[in-house]
Amino acid sequence: MKAKITVTPKKAVLDPQGKTVQTALEHIGFTGIKDVRIGKYIEIELEGTDREAALKSISQASHKILSNPVIEDYSVEIE
Amino acid sequence: MNFSVLQFPGSNCDQDCVHVLKNVLGHNARLLWHKDTSLGDTDAVIVPGGFSYGDYLRTGAIARYSNIMAAVKQFADRGGLVLGICNGFQILCEAGLLPGALIRNKGISFRCEFVWLRTGNPDTPFTCKAPEGTLLRIPIAHGEGCYFADAETLKQMEENGQILWRYCDRHGNTTPESNPNGSLLNIAGICNAQKNVAGLMPHPERASEKILSGHDGRILLESMVQFLENRKRS
Amino acid sequence: MTKDPAITPELVAQHGITPEEYENILKILGREPNYTELGIFSVMWSEHCSYKNTKPLLKQFPTRSKKILVGAGEENAGIIDIGDNLAIAFKMESHNHPSAVEPFQGAATGVGGIIRDIFTMGARPICAMNSLRFGNLSSPEVQRLFRGVVGGIAHYGNCFGIPTIAGEVCFDDSYEGNPLVNAFCLGVLRHEQIARGAAKGIGNPVFYVGPATGRDGLAGAAFASQDLTEASAEQQRGAVQVGDPFMEKLVMEACLELLAAKDAVAGIQDMGAAGLTCSTCETAARAGTGIEIELSKVPQRATGMTPYEIMLSESQERMLIIVNKGHEAEVQRIFDKWDLPWSEIGVVTDTGRMVVKNHGQVVANIPAAKIANDSPVYHRDSKEPAYMQGVRAYRVNSLSDTTSPAKDLEMLLQTPTIASKNWVYRQYDHMVRDGSVVCPGSDAAVVRIKGDSLPMLPDGAAESVPAGIEKFIALSVDGNGVYVYLDPYEGSKTVVAECARNLACSGATPLGSTDNLNFGNPHNPELFFQLKESVRGLAEACAAFNAPVTGGNVSLYNQNPMGAIDPTPTLALVGLIEKKEHITTQWFKDEGDVIILLGDAVDSADPNLGLGGSAYLMAKHDVKNGLPPRCDLKKEKAVQDLTLECIRSGWIKSAHDCSEGGLAVCLAESCFSKNVALNTPVFKGAKIDLSGVKSSRLDALLFGETQSRVVVSTSADHAEQVLAKAQASSVPATVIGKVTGCCKAATLDITTATASTLSWSIPALHSLWWNALAEIMD
Repeated sequence: MKAKITVTPKKAVLDPQGKTVQTALEHIGFTGIKDVRIGKYIEIELEGTDREAALKSISQASHKILSNPVIEDYSVEIE
Repeated sequence: MNFSVLQFPGSNCDQDCVHVLKNVLGHNARLLWHKDTSLGDTDAVIVPGGFSYGDYLRTGAIARYSNIMAAVKQFADRGGLVLGICNGFQILCEAGLLPGALIRNKGISFRCEFVWLRTGNPDTPFTCKAPEGTLLRIPIAHGEGCYFADAETLKQMEENGQILWRYCDRHGNTTPESNPNGSLLNIAGICNAQKNVAGLMPHPERASEKILSGHDGRILLESMVQFLENRKRS
Repeated sequence: MTKDPAITPELVAQHGITPEEYENILKILGREPNYTELGIFSVMWSEHCSYKNTKPLLKQFPTRSKKILVGAGEENAGIIDIGDNLAIAFKMESHNHPSAVEPFQGAATGVGGIIRDIFTMGARPICAMNSLRFGNLSSPEVQRLFRGVVGGIAHYGNCFGIPTIAGEVCFDDSYEGNPLVNAFCLGVLRHEQIARGAAKGIGNPVFYVGPATGRDGLAGAAFASQDLTEASAEQQRGAVQVGDPFMEKLVMEACLELLAAKDAVAGIQDMGAAGLTCSTCETAARAGTGIEIELSKVPQRATGMTPYEIMLSESQERMLIIVNKGHEAEVQRIFDKWDLPWSEIGVVTDTGRMVVKNHGQVVANIPAAKIANDSPVYHRDSKEPAYMQGVRAYRVNSLSDTTSPAKDLEMLLQTPTIASKNWVYRQYDHMVRDGSVVCPGSDAAVVRIKGDSLPMLPDGAAESVPAGIEKFIALSVDGNGVYVYLDPYEGSKTVVAECARNLACSGATPLGSTDNLNFGNPHNPELFFQLKESVRGLAEACAAFNAPVTGGNVSLYNQNPMGAIDPTPTLALVGLIEKKEHITTQWFKDEGDVIILLGDAVDSADPNLGLGGSAYLMAKHDVKNGLPPRCDLKKEKAVQDLTLECIRSGWIKSAHDCSEGGLAVCLAESCFSKNVALNTPVFKGAKIDLSGVKSSRLDALLFGETQSRVVVSTSADHAEQVLAKAQASSVPATVIGKVTGCCKAATLDITTATASTLSWSIPALHSLWWNALAEIMD
C-alpha cells in the first residue's frame, strides 16, 4: 500500500512562492489564473493491507509531524 | 549562571552562543546533545540557530521530537527560562512552547543583515534591562522568519504583552519597509503567556561584542541573567 | 549484472584518452585494461586530476616560504603557519561546468567540495568566499544562471553554517553560456592537527563514511558529450550531483571528532572528482603503499550498480578514512553518534597496487603510484593571438574626451560589475561563527580566529595555543578577464596587485594565495598563449608580494558557442592583520578628515592613460580594446607598503583602492559604502580639488584605472606625517580634499582644471549603486 499526503498552506497564510509562480505564469502568457498555492507531496510505502487502519495512522502522522496545523492543511489518500 | 545550549544535528550557532555566554559574559555554558534526556543543573536553556535536521520537512519540525526537547518542555512547565534563537524559535513554535509559526520570507530568499528592533513589554525575563521602546541593532540570517499566527492569537498576545521585539526603522517606527520578512505586526520575537519561554529570529549572540559591529544583543542575555540572579536571591 | 563493453578504439576515444595515452596504459598494465580500469585511467588522467596541460607552467609559481607547513600539490590544500601554534588551510576550486548545466546544484556542490578539501586537512572551516562571472545581465538566461548560482551557494553555505564573507561578481558578454563559479574555503587548526591523505600502515583498515553511492555525476566525469551508446545508456542515468549541506555538516563534525580521537586516524581523504577512484589511488600513492577494496561493502543507493559506476560516481559528502588497526570501534562509536553510514571496505597493502574487487572478483588492478604520478605531461604549442596586434595599436585618443562626467559616474555606479553586491551577499549568511569583523562591502573581509574556532582536542589533551587568543585574517578575491584578454601577462600581474592592494587597505600583510585558472581549450595555440603568459604574470606578481601559491585549480575548455571566455585567472589572497587596531575599512569616517591620494593620479607613460580595458570604455563607448593599465610591481609594492606603514602608525582612518571605475568611483564608494543596518546607510560628503593634477583628458582623470593608487583619509593632525612618510618612500602623495558633512545633504564635489566643479548628491548616487542589481533581479 502507498499513502499519498498533500500538504498545502492554509488559505490565510501568505504563500510567497505561490505568488511568485503566479506572476511568472502570467508573465509568460498563461492567462485566467486565479491563485497558485505551493505545498508539498509526500509518499509513504506501507506494509500490510488494512486501508482503514493505514488511513487512521497516516492521518495522525500528518497532524503530528508531516504538517503544522498552525499554517498548513493536509489530505491523505491510501492506494 | 549555568546555561545549557542544545545541539541538534545541523545546529550551527551552538558554539556562538556558548562563546558569548562563556567568554563575553563570563557564565557557565555547555552543549547538550539532542539524544540526552536530562538537562542536569541548568538555570536557563538556549535553543540555538542553524538548520536542525537540514530544515527538511519544515524548519524545526523534526527537532521538536528529539529526546532533549521532552526535558526542555518539562523544564519550561516548571517555570524554567528558555530562549530560542532563529531555528531555535522555529523549534519552540513547532513544539507548541510558543504560539504561531514561522514561514517563508515574503521576499522568498534568505536575508542576512543587521536590522532595527524595538523592545516591547519590559516586564519579562528577556527584556527587564531594556525599557519599553529601546532600539536594538541586531542581525538576522534566515529564509523562513515570517511570523504567522491567527488573528485571535495575535490579539491575545498583544493584550498580554507577549510581543517582545518588533522590526522597526532607525527611529523606532514599525514600518513595512523595515520589516525584512513580512512578519505579521512586524513581529521579530515573542514570549509565551507565562513569560518564561521566548523566541526571536534575530541573533543576539552575533551582536554581543564591539568588534562584531555591535553589542546590542547583550542586553537580552544580560536581562536573563539579571532575572535569574534576582530570582535566586529572593 | 550487465556485461562490460569491449574495449574498442571508439570507447577509448570516448573516454578522452588519446592513442598515445592508451599505449602508455598498455605499458603500465602489461595488458589491455578492462572497462572499469579504462574509466579509472580516464578520470585520473583528466586535466582536473592530473594537470597534464598545465604542470610545466605551474612550476613557475612561488610555492615556498618559512610559514608554509604544507605546500602546493602535497595534499588537498596548503597550510600556513600564523603564529602561536595556529595554522590556516585554504584553497579555491572551480565548478564551472556543473554550474552551467544546473546553476543551483552546480554551485552548491562546488561549495561542498571545497569545504571537504579543508576539513580533510584536519582544519575546521571558518569562512568561505567566491568569485563569479556571468554574461550580460540584461539577458533572462543570464539572470537565471546568476540567481541559481547565488541561491546554490547560499543554500549550501548557510545550512552548513559557514560565513560566506567576501567575493566578487563580474558580468561580461564573454561568459555568456559559460559562467565561472570559483569557490574558496579557509579553515583553522593547531600545528599538530594537520591530517594527511596517505594510506599509511600495512594492514590498516580502510573505511568509507558518509552517504551511500549513487550514479550521480557519472556523465560529467568521463563523458563530456557523446552519442547514446550501449555504454552511455547506463551513463545517462547519472544525474546532476545533488548537494546535501546538512549531511556534510554531520560528516565534518564526525570526522573532526574522529581526528581528535588519539591515534585513530592514519590518513583521510575526501571523495571529490571521481570519488572512490581518486581517493584510493592518491592515498596509496602518497604513502607508497597499496590499497585493496571490496565494492560490495560500499554503501549503495541505487540497485545494480556496476564496478565502473561505483568507482566513478561523484556522489557528494563522502570520505575515505584509513584507520589505525585496533581503533575500528572508535569509528563505529563516533559515526553512530552522528547517525552516519560507515563501512569497512578494504585494507592497506604492501603491493603498491590499487586492487578493486567486486564480490571477491578482481575488477581493477593498477599500480597506484603510476596512475597517480605518471600521468602524461603535454607541452602545448602557443602563438600570440591575432587580436593582440590590434590591441597594441589601439589608442584611446581616437575617442573624444567626456563632456558629461556627471552622468558618466552615475552610469558607472549602476554597471552590474561595479554596483553594490548587496543583492548577492545578503542572501549569504556572512556572520555565523561570530568571527566576521569586516563583512562584505569593504575592500577585504576580515575574519577573527578565536579559540573555539579550532577543531576539538583529544580528550584530556592540554591546550597548545595561548588562552584567549585572537587572530585577524584578511581575505580578498580578484580577477579581471578583460585586462587579461587584452594583455595576458600584464593583466595577470594586475589581478594579483589589486588583490594585494585590497589586503593592504584593510591593514593586512599577505601570507599566501590560491589561484583558479579559468581558460579555454589548451589545444588552441592562441588560447594556450593566454594561459602561458597569464601564469608568468601571476607567478611574478605573487613572488613580488610575498604571496606564495599554496594550491589551486585549473579549469580549461571554458568554451561556448561564440568562442572561449576571456582568459580569467582568479586569485584569492589571505593575509594577517597584526593587531586589532590595524583593521581598516574603506569608508570615510569623520568630517574634516584630510583625503590623500597615494600614487600617481594618472600614469602619463601609459598611451591610454589608464583607460585601456577600463569599465568606463566598455560602459560608455562599448569598446573592449587597448592595452590595459601598466602594472609596475616595484611601484605597487611601495604604495602598499606605505599604506600599511601608515595604518600601523595609527594615522589612517580609511583606505580604499582605486580599481574598476577609477578615482571617481573610489571616492563615491568611500562616501557611501558604510551600511549599519537595513535601510541605514551612513553618508559622508567629500570636497575634492584635482585642479592641480595634470591630465590631458578628464575621463582619464576621473575614470581611468591607472594602477598603484590608494585613497586614504586621515585626521588633519596626521596628514603631514603621511605626506612625509610618502616622500621618504618615494611614493607620490597628494592631498586631494576633505571629508565633509554627513547625512542626507552630503555631496561629492570634484573640481578639476578642465571642467567646472562637479557635484553629486551622495544619497542619490548611493541609491543608484545600491539598488542596481535588485532592480534587475527582483
